[in-house]
Amino acid sequence: MAVFDLALCALILLAATAAVAGPGMFRAVVFFVVYGVLIALSWVRLGMPDVALAEAAIGAGLTGILLLGAVGRLARAGADEPEAPRIDWPVALATVAVAALLVWAVLSIAPGPGLAPQVAGMLPRTGVENPVTAVLLNLRAWDTLLESVVLLAALIGLWPLARGGAWLEPAGPLHHALPEGVLAGFGKLLPPVALLVGVYLVWAGASQPGGAFQGGTVLAAAGVLCIMAGLVRAPGMAEPLWRFALLVGPALFLALGVAGLVSGGFLVFPQALAKGIILVIEMFLTLSIAVTLALMVLGPPESGAAQ
Amino acid sequence: MSAMIALLALPLAGALAAVATPRQGARIAGLVALASAVALALLIAQMTSAGSVRVAPGGWDAPLGIVLEADGLAVGFIALTVAVMAGVIAIAAPMRSLAAPFWPLAMLAWAALNAIFLSRDLFNLYVGLELLTLAAVALVAMGGDKALGAALRYLIFALTGSILYLAGVVLVYSAHGMLDIDLLAGTMPGRTDRMAMALMTVGLLIKTALFPFHVWLAPAHAAAPAPASAILSALVPKASFVILLRLWFEAMPDTANDRILSVLAVLGALAVVHGGAMALRQGRLKQIIAYSTVAQIGYLFLVFPLAGGDSAAQPWAAGAWTGTVFQALGHGLAKAAMFLCAGMWIIAVGSDRLEALRGLARALPMTAMAFAIAAITLMGLPPSGGFTAKYLMMTTAFASGQVVWGLVLLGGGLLAAAYLYRPMALLFTREMPDFTPVPRALQLVPLVLALLAVGMGILSDGVYTFVQIGRPGAAEEGL
Amino acid sequence: MTLYAVTGALLVALGLYGLIAARALLRRVVAFNVVGSGVFLMFGALGWHAGQADPVPQALIITGIVVALSASALAVGLVVAHARATGSQVLEDDAR
Repeated sequence: MAVFDLALCALILLAATAAVAGPGMFRAVVFFVVYGVLIALSWVRLGMPDVALAEAAIGAGLTGILLLGAVGRLARAGADEPEAPRIDWPVALATVAVAALLVWAVLSIAPGPGLAPQVAGMLPRTGVENPVTAVLLNLRAWDTLLESVVLLAALIGLWPLARGGAWLEPAGPLHHALPEGVLAGFGKLLPPVALLVGVYLVWAGASQPGGAFQGGTVLAAAGVLCIMAGLVRAPGMAEPLWRFALLVGPALFLALGVAGLVSGGFLVFPQALAKGIILVIEMFLTLSIAVTLALMVLGPPESGAAQ
Repeated sequence: MSAMIALLALPLAGALAAVATPRQGARIAGLVALASAVALALLIAQMTSAGSVRVAPGGWDAPLGIVLEADGLAVGFIALTVAVMAGVIAIAAPMRSLAAPFWPLAMLAWAALNAIFLSRDLFNLYVGLELLTLAAVALVAMGGDKALGAALRYLIFALTGSILYLAGVVLVYSAHGMLDIDLLAGTMPGRTDRMAMALMTVGLLIKTALFPFHVWLAPAHAAAPAPASAILSALVPKASFVILLRLWFEAMPDTANDRILSVLAVLGALAVVHGGAMALRQGRLKQIIAYSTVAQIGYLFLVFPLAGGDSAAQPWAAGAWTGTVFQALGHGLAKAAMFLCAGMWIIAVGSDRLEALRGLARALPMTAMAFAIAAITLMGLPPSGGFTAKYLMMTTAFASGQVVWGLVLLGGGLLAAAYLYRPMALLFTREMPDFTPVPRALQLVPLVLALLAVGMGILSDGVYTFVQIGRPGAAEEGL
Repeated sequence: MTLYAVTGALLVALGLYGLIAARALLRRVVAFNVVGSGVFLMFGALGWHAGQADPVPQALIITGIVVALSASALAVGLVVAHARATGSQVLEDDAR
């Protein structure tokens, strides 16, 4: 097994180097996606499947689409790639020093059991059986509420960047795809499967690896695929239904949290109702996450009047 | 407890509502400001009788859950935020050039600020910082095409800062198994703690724009729309500074040594000098005000040797710590007033170039008065809050023999007078420029903010006692 | 496992170099993601035990992954808008 770990780590470092320092932006992004998949593998190896799912879907998948789209848009904007510079020695030396210090720190830490025993002890009171979901949606729910708002903040930040300031238009550029081509084919084939997988991930997340973020990402990817295949028009903020879908997750989460003030405190979920409350929050959060991620990856609207 | 939660929930709810109904953004923000003011008053009343208020969301206490605590430091900054936000909302509401996304972004930044001031959990602070960064960068980018470069540079610096901070948090959790500031205070320091504190500190220094990491601040604050600049200069760097205070004075005070404290203060001194020097060379008002922020942030870092230094400084250390808080609060009010004045002058004469400001004191007298009063705070003249801050810090410096910091404070005041002289001289010239009138009610807003800064100086006893609620022991005993 | 933690540490340094020294803005976004995943890998690997896996680092890492994507999305939007406005993939002060 040690050989496998060594090989995996070596490949990870190689892929990362190619992504950060290799020639060609497109090539770099492709290596980055490979890197993401390898990182997901290492999460599996470390026995953390929830994280592996998140890394594969979000870190490798969505970030990959985001970056590839950017490469295309930069090419269309006529912005040329700068030629590869020679190595910046002062910075390189500084980062080598940082590397040395971090490796020393990592080797000096004698890891303890962390909070695993306490979480396991409290697990029955949280209403779910998956300890990671328990931490995310009950023990540290305030973090997750803020996190869902971070997603929204990034999306809102994209709106003023819309072409011509028309931020209410459908998101992203106009997509074209050959009606009989591979993209259109997969666009018809994959979304139903993705829908099933996405919903299952959310439902199963209460007791097995999975959860709102992983499920929402799969759903977002399905949506983006449909839009890129030209089968569906991108959503736009002019339609109140899409604004509602965007907001309902965080809004419900916040509302339930504030409602808790009446019975026990902010974000306090009474033990008897905890499972139900968490499931409801996860359902609507998944919807909002899916819509937000899809819109973020598609980018600011580009169909407004070009300036 | 509900008042504290209201202060967190109101801006969040407001942001969501502003996305749901984009055309009502200004009204929603106004309601949030009003309700927040009420909640703040209730919280202050609660604290003056009962001391700090602690809440654990979800009912889970640390180390499993996150703890929120309203102590004097937190609520002082929350009050600053309410005042500045109210002013920004009043000025921004009639601005037709401001697109609808401004409102949800401003309220998200507000929510992030309150979340950071109240949190006692290291990772929760990270999430709050990220929310603040994304909202702030987006606010800068609203300045149009010319602001994009500045926004990108800000984002790159800010992300570098956050990820370094997170690396430090990772080391802390891995070594101690906890993330709560108060619990960490009770544990023995580990071998990797100094490295963790170094990472977190460097990350936060980048976000607070301390010299030499200040490069991103002036272009970003100058390029953003004026109401956004007020939020960015008055409030955003204070959040990461508060985290620094909490880390060094509350979480892990034992990792400090005199060298580290001196390095921080030396960087602060360099910031004061460099910021002041750069401000002298600028030709646009917003640039001057932005570089002034770089300089004023430098003062804040003198707290480390003054309040954290060895026993020589001890009898006055509490004064130095509180003085630094006064400095941050006073600067916030004054800086916001200045940026809002600049915003109105841009509306009045179309530009913020210094030459264009000629005679504006005759045209818009209340704004000129506001600017002058704000300048008094920045220069540290009595009876302003800035004077009280400088007085407290200088007393400690001279009494404990750390004369050099006292000289930095004095020199900084002189530099501030120098770079503020030029715009004020032009403002008060005896000419009447061509200008677009600005409603009197709007002109009042920065005046109120500037007067609040002075009020802090006049009512300094009350503010002093309040800020001391829940003050960490290390601020008295030294690090 | 320490091997993964050390790999994480090396990734942090590698990504930091790219984030600070690279000129093409999109590459800096890639480098930022490398640093992020390096920090997460350090975190998770240090929390690994043959017995119980610590769920708190896992939850925090998932949160971090989502936050990193949000930041990347905003960064990409800004980079593309900046390229449209200036025709350049590089911040003007960095162009040599």
